[in-house]
Amino acid sequence: MPDSTAIDLECINISKTFGDVLAVDNVSFDIPSGSFFSILGPSGCGKTTLIRMIAGFEQPDSGEIRIKGASVLNTAPNKRNVKMVFQHLALFPMMNVYENIAYGLRCRGVAKQEIDERVNNVLDRIALPDVGEREIHQLSGGQKQRIAVARCMVLDPDVLLLDEPLGALDLKLREAMKIELKLLQHQFDTTFIYITHDQSEALVMSDQVAIMNQGRFEQVGTPQELYHNPQSAFVAGFVGDSNRWSGTTVESAGEALKVKTDDGLELLAMPSDSGSTDRSQKVSIFIRPEFIQVERTRDESEHTQPGQNRLTGVVDSLLFNGANSRALVRSPTDQLIEADIVLTGGFEDLKPGEDVQLIWSCEQTMCFSV
Amino acid sequence: MQKDIKRLSLILLFAPFALWITLLILLPHIGMVVLSLREKVAPRVYEYGFANYIEFFNEPIYWNTLIRTGSMSLLVTVLALIIGFPIAYYIAKIAGPRLRGALFLLCLIPLWVSDLIRAFGWILLLRETGVISSFLQWLGILSGPIEMLYNDVAVIIGLVYTVILFMIVPLASTLDGMDNSMIEAGYNLGGRGITVLRRIIIPYAMPGIASGCIIVFMLTAGSYLTPILLGGKNSSWFTEQIYDQFITRYNWESGAAFGMLLLAFTSIVVWLGLKLTGQTLANTVTKT
Repeated sequence: MPDSTAIDLECINISKTFGDVLAVDNVSFDIPSGSFFSILGPSGCGKTTLIRMIAGFEQPDSGEIRIKGASVLNTAPNKRNVKMVFQHLALFPMMNVYENIAYGLRCRGVAKQEIDERVNNVLDRIALPDVGEREIHQLSGGQKQRIAVARCMVLDPDVLLLDEPLGALDLKLREAMKIELKLLQHQFDTTFIYITHDQSEALVMSDQVAIMNQGRFEQVGTPQELYHNPQSAFVAGFVGDSNRWSGTTVESAGEALKVKTDDGLELLAMPSDSGSTDRSQKVSIFIRPEFIQVERTRDESEHTQPGQNRLTGVVDSLLFNGANSRALVRSPTDQLIEADIVLTGGFEDLKPGEDVQLIWSCEQTMCFSV
Repeated sequence: MQKDIKRLSLILLFAPFALWITLLILLPHIGMVVLSLREKVAPRVYEYGFANYIEFFNEPIYWNTLIRTGSMSLLVTVLALIIGFPIAYYIAKIAGPRLRGALFLLCLIPLWVSDLIRAFGWILLLRETGVISSFLQWLGILSGPIEMLYNDVAVIIGLVYTVILFMIVPLASTLDGMDNSMIEAGYNLGGRGITVLRRIIIPYAMPGIASGCIIVFMLTAGSYLTPILLGGKNSSWFTEQIYDQFITRYNWESGAAFGMLLLAFTSIVVWLGLKLTGQTLANTVTKT
């Protein structure tokens, strides 16, 4: 995290409509210098429109965009010091790698010798020193990605926008590029704004993540905050996996709430927003699979400890995925509940059909008014 | 058995194409070459030699006409490119999908009418008693009727009009394949409009430009009706010379030689054009 308080990009009350559709609805945020900021949202939530307004390809209907303190609303896209890595990278196929990177410098009228220096310098920094003479189609997917970043970074932008650039890559490469992008951001020490619909990309790379839904920011925070303290049901459901029930509050039990779910379970949950503390309030409750403990049923007389939820169920199936293995447990009300388990391949592993108890604490059960 | 069926189907599929190439293209041209190399030494006595070709170079009116035809065709090609490029760009990049179809159709409509009728359309507009002349007189700009036919400008206007579609279609299809973000990237990295056009859009559209130019140049240099009707006797188009040799003077040998010379000349121009722009014929065919 940057320690300076300098703000690279400020957006104040930005709105944009396309016909009847409100694409971006009164969004405000600011991004400190040198941070990695992600905008995470489902497709069609307006994140691309937002980033295109920052780049200058769309004009906001109202609001203000400031880069390094100065308004850019009346600045043409080619005059803004905001560079963009496009979804399909948009490298120029008729130029070789060197010319692709030199393009921006030539547009600025930089002297030939300096262009040479800066292009070679940036190629060194992305660890591809000898590809200058190659054609674009001779590069691998990961190399293209790095060239696209280098083509922008050679111009020393105030802000680099990245529009889902990993979307076209296969899974393995995408995982590698996530780490690489983060390292590149550290190396160049520039503000990155990254938009994506893939939560793992946003959580892994970002200092700050904004969750966007239907044109508005639901919540802005560090990845940990978003994961552990979501402020709305949308964020709780969108970030990370969770089991979800809808129900009605019955009574408060200390700090917790007793909730009767629509399918008849009684669960204890922690109110996560102010509205959900009232009685007879419609609520959604979420519990993440990793907080559910799965135990074989041994003794019927086991007692529920205060502040714990306990359900009995039958293992329906096991989803083996190495360290992230899950059990799907069928509850008495015929709902499938996901819970993280450890599958070692040994004798002790759970098997489908076994009776189990699901135990979790009410503190990890999030509850939002609907 | 399987192999025989495969071979048979290949032969069947290939046969019409082979027939077309051999009967309609290869054979006539071989015939032309043979014909052009014959010279008449006495009635019904022929010898083989280059006399027909030498005759062409000895008579300035012949090769002047060829050069004139070539340079005017080049001018038509350039004009068609300059006018056609913005139209193709609009169709491919700016118009919405529904408007795009309508615009393509509008471009195609003139092709439903025969060459001859279209040329007469121009005659109706441009002649002394035609629409434009009468209109200008009615406005009081002109005091008397004016003849706008039978000059080079009329020929060029008519030719550009006839061939521009063949420029727009390959251009629009190449530009259509260009990702819009490529243009946006050009601006984003600091390029001005003219820089983006020169360094990104035109280089990207180069295969389309080359193929459009080849088609338009070949069509123009080989066209007959439009130059004759709009240019009258002054048009001095090379195809007219060929027609004269074959029909008026009944000198098939020299007509065949002129035909071969026209083919050689246009091929050389196209080859030079491809060399200068760094394109290959295969590239222009596959990319559009």
